[in-house]
Order: sequence, then structure tokens, then C-alpha cells
Amino acid sequence: MDDLKSLQKIVDDHRESGKGQTLPLLSPEERDTLLKQYHPDYRADAYRPVRIGPNAGEKTVHEVADLLEGQSSLGSASGGKEIKLDPSYTVDVLVIGGGGAGCAAALTAREQGATVLLATKLRVGDANTVMAEGGMQAAIQPEDSPIRHYLDTMRGGHFKNDPQLLKVLVEEGPAAVKWLLDLGVLFDRDETGLNLKVRSGGATTTPRLLTCRDYTGLEIMRVLKDALINEDIQILEYSPTIELLSDPAGVCTGAVLKNFDNNQLIVVAAKTVILATGGSGRLHIQGFPTSNHFGATGDALPLAYRLGAKLRFMDTFQYHPTGVSYPEPMAGILVTEGIRAAGAQLLNIKGDRFINEMDTRDVVAAAIIRECREGRGIKTPAGRVGVWLDIPMVDLVNGEGTLEKRFPNMMKQFSRYSIDIRKEPVLIYPTLHYQNGGVQIDVDGESTVRNLFVAGEASGGLHGRNRLMGNSLLDIIVFGKRAGKAAAQRAKSTSQGQLSLTHLQNCQTQLKKAGLVPRTVSPVLIPDYVRREEPVSK
Amino acid sequence: MLTQTTTAVPTMVMVEIMGKKHQVPQGITVIQAMWYTGHELIRGIGCLGGVCGACGTVYRTKNSFELKNGMGCSTLVEDGMSVAMIPHYPASQARYRMSELQNAKEDLVTYYPEAARCVNCNACNRVCPQGIDVRTSVWCAVFGDFQEVADLTINCNMCGLCVSRCVADMAPNLIALYARRSLGVFYQLRPQAVLERIQEIEQGRYALEWEKILPADEKKLKELCVKF
Repeated sequence: MDDLKSLQKIVDDHRESGKGQTLPLLSPEERDTLLKQYHPDYRADAYRPVRIGPNAGEKTVHEVADLLEGQSSLGSASGGKEIKLDPSYTVDVLVIGGGGAGCAAALTAREQGATVLLATKLRVGDANTVMAEGGMQAAIQPEDSPIRHYLDTMRGGHFKNDPQLLKVLVEEGPAAVKWLLDLGVLFDRDETGLNLKVRSGGATTTPRLLTCRDYTGLEIMRVLKDALINEDIQILEYSPTIELLSDPAGVCTGAVLKNFDNNQLIVVAAKTVILATGGSGRLHIQGFPTSNHFGATGDALPLAYRLGAKLRFMDTFQYHPTGVSYPEPMAGILVTEGIRAAGAQLLNIKGDRFINEMDTRDVVAAAIIRECREGRGIKTPAGRVGVWLDIPMVDLVNGEGTLEKRFPNMMKQFSRYSIDIRKEPVLIYPTLHYQNGGVQIDVDGESTVRNLFVAGEASGGLHGRNRLMGNSLLDIIVFGKRAGKAAAQRAKSTSQGQLSLTHLQNCQTQLKKAGLVPRTVSPVLIPDYVRREEPVSK
Repeated sequence: MLTQTTTAVPTMVMVEIMGKKHQVPQGITVIQAMWYTGHELIRGIGCLGGVCGACGTVYRTKNSFELKNGMGCSTLVEDGMSVAMIPHYPASQARYRMSELQNAKEDLVTYYPEAARCVNCNACNRVCPQGIDVRTSVWCAVFGDFQEVADLTINCNMCGLCVSRCVADMAPNLIALYARRSLGVFYQLRPQAVLERIQEIEQGRYALEWEKILPADEKKLKELCVKF
């Protein structure tokens, strides 16, 4: 503790002289070199090719490969013979996941007249959505345009984004904003109250972020949940999906859920299924801490993959540059990018700045990892490492009271550990934040498996190889709604298909052929942090 | 995984968790203490970042009669603490569709008649782990000052601890949510800029530019980016 206090003096001393100084952005070549050398996405030993399924031969991290080559908890070769597939629920649309994308999908499907069941692992609203602090991008300013939003996002995604998906995102952004306003979401407004306030984000060329201070995701989630429970939509909480169902031709026809209370199976027959189970930070890929909520275990990946759905960009993850590394109980929790956008600077142990803070997330994260690996990081008492994020600079640049007004959540979280971010810098290190890739979808959210739709973080393609700040909240609304609409319309012209687990037999055959023994049951559902040893008496 | 352990032997503290005494390392949170002592958590756990409201927790500390409240994911254990989690508290929740409300301010007492029963005991303000002036927000809701409700309650995580202590049996968090949504739906204008942009897009204002941009390869896109 005392150590850290004395080390942070160098940051306090730098503040006045560093005020208003901007480091130049790296050239494309410098960025490439930095990423290849230090970004976790480029660590060869963290990756291996998946050996079965639609993406066989493509590389992903071991943690994800284990899930894709995993064993269903319903067993392997039974083909559903031992499990009675009598449905407890029969609906038009089954939505799996109760975060922002799932709620937007369910509300829209219901609006289209479909009968809807929303099933989720924990409670409705237990999702990464609720934690989104930075805001939501939408091109609503006169000097802005969907085109500009498109190009900014492309550049952020290293020009690998799916053009069609991205066009839909930026063009439907403003309408998504209106949809949220009509539900009662209170975005920050300017002094007149007539216009929405827009703020700057990392790697965007113009202010485009709509915010509710630093509680944007919380505000959106509160409203979506309230709207959901007031509609005629069936809700099953504490009921994760453990397997999808298909007819013998491989068309998705429903799902098998597990009731967490009694551990019994729940069979759902559905004409269409929407997977909106979010990301995978709780897999702790490459041992990283995570900013993600407790349930973010990438459930959609093995579920969709076993049914034959193709994945995209499963070799790239977003390590948010500024996860907390001290105090220990906050390890992995995010310090929003908005703080850097407002002027906070990164410094190493020598008090030197080392990267333009507003470069893309992957570049900033790689630069922090470089500093730490080369001995210019600061060790925490718990054995972690980090660099300084000089938050008090925000008040120095923008005037006293800015932090209190714009980042009350951040203030509160640190104050619980007696850290006043108006006066003290904090220690940060990259934290596993976002699954850039996921299940491949078309513009209506449909995967390569018929009648299986995917929305939000579980899907892949939209964000290319690196997601821009604020595009995730927009993604879940735009594509949640699109999937909801398309799934409801498809259900109108579809009759309920046969419920079977034939795809599990196919998986078993492939595993056998590849000589693989599954290392895990997937999806894993809940990260295991429980200590099981008995204490030793001294 | 969540807490890094060093080789140093941690200082242990005694904590009573749901009525049973345990030794746990100092410096960890209530939720981490539950994991440490073998509790598998499904209820009472969510974002682990202090905003989802899943892990409402009540506790007493050594030599104090005061009942304290916090979120289990961000409350540190201390020696002699006695703690219990309240993942859910029964609340009377109104059913309404925003689009069907006639007069949201008057309708509030139809949906939440108990809102008018506040006796100013201030228990809600003492219990709120987010430090919200809950009591004032209830009065503002009743008097129709929904803007003030919105400003006061922006950081409400819906944990429901206020419900657990209200002597008038109301759910201040749900009343605030009703007021907040009503404010947005009925009492705030839709921003002109948003409406105009939607119209522009619908009218195909960018169609020509898309024709150029959609087929562009990486090199071309990079050139286009330079424009901004």
C-alpha cells in the first residue's frame, strides 16, 4: 500500500506539465508491429485449430476449442432415445438469453404477433448490457452520417467487418435510438433539453456516443426489462439452455433447458430460436481477468456449433485496455473508455506516457502489455501488474466536478475501497472484455442453420477484428430487433418441426473420426470459483 | 480465479455467513467469501461489478448494533462481521403498458397507491447501497416532478433493499422506474436531429454513397477514411 502511494507521486508530479499534451497516433506499420508482438490475439501457443465441425482447421483459443469439441451434458450417442423429448412449452419463437439483445428480440417478436418464450440462465437483465458504461453510438449529428459511422467502425475493425451487417447497423442506428426513447430510455440531453448530448469515443472521428452518464447500459436494461415483463411474453429465469433441438434435416426446432432449481430438463418446441446468450469473458481466456458478468460463458458457441452453424472471427477477442488491477476485489472491472476520452492519461512506472490513449482498444491494450512485460509496470500487493491511469487529469482538463457529474459510477466503485479518483491515479491492466467474433449471421440475424437466429455478442462478423466503443449497445438493439422480427415472420410460414438430437450423433461420429476425447462438458453455464478443500487446522 | 492469491499466508478473519461462522482471508468481498467457504451461487450473483443489483446484502459489524447494507460483490469482509444475502425481496409490481397510460402523473397513484403512504421515516435513505435520496424521489413521484425523480435515481440498480425496510410497504425503486419511463415517453420531446436523420435514411439520401463504399476493398476504404 505505502509502496503504491509513494510510486504514484510521479504521476501527481507529471499532471500539470502533461495537461493537454497529445501523443501522435501510430502509423499503420507501427500498429501492426505492436499488435503482433504484444496483443494476446497473436500468441501462437494460446491457439489451436478446431478439429471438428464447420470451422474445422481454423484456429481459436484453447478455451473455446475445448467448448466446440466438448461433450453435450445430454450425453453423446443416445440420439435422444433415452431422453423424452415431450415439450413442456410450445411457442412460435424461443428467445434464449435475457440481456439487451434477448429483450429487444422478444419484444419485437411479440409485436409481430408471435407467441414468445424468453428463457435465461440467471435473471432477466443479468448480462453485460447492464454494465455498459461508455454509451451507444448512433450517427444523429448534422455533421455526422451513417457513412462516417461505417468508415470509423471499419477502421476500428481492421477493415474486416462484414459490410452488409455494418451497413444495417449504422443505417438503423437512429431508428434504434427512437425506439429506446419511445420505451422511456432517458439519454443525456443538452442544456435546452431538446437535443441529445453526444460524446467522443476512442477511434471515432466525431462525437457520436449517446450516454446516460456512465450508467447507459443500466438505464437501457432497466427499461427493457420493465417493458418485457409488462408484455404477454412467457419468461423462464434460472433456466439455461443445454442443447438445441433439430429435425432430422438439421433445421432448428427448439431447445432443451435445465431448471437450475430442480436440475430437471425442460423441453421447448419452437418454430424459430434466437440465441442471445452474450459473450465469453468468464472463460478467462489466456488466464485474463474479465469485466464480464457472472454468466458470460459463451454458451451460444457450442450450442450453435453442434447444430452445424458456422462461426466467424473466433480467433479474436477484445482485451479492454483499462481493467482495474488494484484494489484486488475490483480486479478485471472496467474503467470506462469515456474517462480516457475525457482526458485521463496512461503512464508507466517512470512517469512516462507511452501511447495515444484514444487509439483503438487493441493497440492501447498491446502497448500496456508491452510496458508491463518490459519491466515498466507497477506490481500490486496481490502480485498483479499494471500501469497508471491518471484519472484526476479529467477534472484538471475539464474543470472540477466533471468526474463527479459524468462518472458517478466509477467514483462510487473506487470509493468503496477508499480511493478517491478525483485525487489519485489508479492501476489498470487489460481485461478480457468482448468476444469480437461469434456465430455467423446474415442481415436478419439468421445463422447458417435454418430457423436458428443469433443476436448480439454471441454473433460474429459485424465488428470485424476489434469492436469500437459504443457499437455493442447499438448492435444488441438493431440486431436484436431484426432477429426478433425475422424469427416471428418465419414462424408464420413454418409448422413445428420434429424434435430430435440427431446432431449429437453426428458430433459423436466426428469426434471419434478425429480421435478426440472431449475435455469438457459444454456449455459450461457457470464459472467455477468455489473452493472445495477443507481448511487445515494449525 | 477472481482473486489472485500470493504465496504469502493471508491474514484470516472470522465471518458469520448465513448463520455459520467461517475463517476467510482478509481483503475479499462477501461473494468471494461465499465461494471460499464452498457456497455455489446461482441466486444473488450477477454482474460482479456493482450495478446489476443481484447481490443485496445485509450485515452487522463487530460491537455495533447498526444493521448495514451493501452489494455482496463490493462489500469487504471484516473480522466479526455477520452477513446474509437478500437476492430478492417481495414487492408489489404494477402491470402497465406505457402506451396505454392516459395521464401518467395522475395514474401513478392508481398503479402505486401506496406511494402516498410515505411517513418520512427515512429508512430507505439509510438502506440504499447506492446512496440515493430515495425518500425525496418518492415524494417527487407523487407530486409529479418526474424530472427530479430521474435525476435522483439514475444509479438505482434495482436491488430492492429499500423495499425491505419501507414501513409503508412500498417499492420505491419500482415507483421511480415508472416515473422515469413516463418522463421519457410523455414529457420529453423527441429530438429533431434523430427524426430528421431517420427520414433522410428512409428517403435514400445515402444510396449513392453506399454504391461506392459497399464494394470498396481495404485499400479504397483506407483512402475514404482519410476524408474524416
